[in-house]
Amino acid sequence: MAEASVTLTVNGREVSATVDPRTLLVHFLREQLQLTGTHVGCDTSQCGACTVHLDGRAVKSCALLAVQLEGADVTTIEGVGGPDEMHPMQTAFKENHGLQCGFCTPGMVMKGIDIANRHAAPDEATIRRELEGNLCRCTGYHNIVESIAAGAREMSG
Amino acid sequence: MKPPRFRYLRAESVDGALRALADNPDSRPLAGGQSLIAMMNLRLVRPACLVDINRVAGLGYIREDGDGVAIGALTRHNDVKHSDLVRARCPLLTEAYESIAHHTVRNRGTLGGNLCHADPSSETPAVMVAVGATLVLQSVGGRREVAAEDFFQGPYETAARQDELLVEIRLPGRGAEGWAFAEVSNRHGDFAIAVIATTLRLADGRCEAARVVASAVGEHAARLRPAEDALTGGAIDDAAIERAAEAAAGAVDPHSDSHADAVYRRDAVAALTRRTLRRAAERCG
Repeated sequence: MAEASVTLTVNGREVSATVDPRTLLVHFLREQLQLTGTHVGCDTSQCGACTVHLDGRAVKSCALLAVQLEGADVTTIEGVGGPDEMHPMQTAFKENHGLQCGFCTPGMVMKGIDIANRHAAPDEATIRRELEGNLCRCTGYHNIVESIAAGAREMSG
Repeated sequence: MKPPRFRYLRAESVDGALRALADNPDSRPLAGGQSLIAMMNLRLVRPACLVDINRVAGLGYIREDGDGVAIGALTRHNDVKHSDLVRARCPLLTEAYESIAHHTVRNRGTLGGNLCHADPSSETPAVMVAVGATLVLQSVGGRREVAAEDFFQGPYETAARQDELLVEIRLPGRGAEGWAFAEVSNRHGDFAIAVIATTLRLADGRCEAARVVASAVGEHAARLRPAEDALTGGAIDDAAIERAAEAAAGAVDPHSDSHADAVYRRDAVAALTRRTLRRAAERCG
């Protein structure tokens, strides 16, 4: 099958690569760019573990093809902060015990930032409604909601 | 690699997309991909060729169209959901969006793609049929307009030919029409178990026109004519609403699956018909 070239910006850096057209964005990030912070959960746009930001909007990277993203601007969990300099939303998850096994966490943090970008002080109902596309199998939603509320407060303050 | 192999063609213009579809009889358009790519990942569908229309300029817009609204087929769900123009002129669609998918999916999914996917449990086809929308299809041979009522033909089947692209959705002005949308699903934003979209027009307290449209309880979104007939010509009172609800339940032949059995779905149709008709009647005028 003919491979295609694609040039896009990932976490502020321009990346050029050759991809099989059927490569999902999430597999491109993990396997070609070694950005393994973005997780593969369901592959079918249900669980939200693969949530990244595309041109500033949260999207599920399992329902996008890498080849589609010529010229696009993608931000992954690695792009928002790391152990040395955490994003306020990451700090909020740490301080509010917003994770247990951690598998859903990259998607939760990316969605949390997306929520905070659009709601300066989201209430619990808003956060829960907006989190419907992100599943946590440790059933830890209570602390995730607290974390996002705290992260949003920090981001707007 | 999750999806099966396919050829990928990126269209830069409507004409380019139409030529690609015509030149590749095994191709289909790729819009937001929120259903198509998931189904390809599950290998439920295996298109040999995808024509990506995401870069086509001029297919993403919401604008006035007489006293109605015209929406470009590539407009993302969240842009339609939050449009003041849509809320003012087709509030039934805005109300339905409260039940459609999750925020992240709506960021990428498109109204046109959703309609062409024609999932039998989808909400938007019911809205389109209830408001009497017109779908504009284009191919290299020209344009044609199809009434929403004639567009949905079966599960994942529409009137669009393989070489046709849905380019615009036209929603008529509602005048004094009342409207309401309601659905039952296991969790908010999930696939619907039953959907009813209703529009009502009253003149001197009598029902001049009614549409009661169901989704998720048949092969495609469809008007429940016995329910509409139970309303037309009379006052919309409790007795009429009850007759319509019974007629609606009798007019559907729902399936059973792991989410709900046929008996439950039929009951839901009656309950949703009652609920939507009450709200629609209050909103008339």
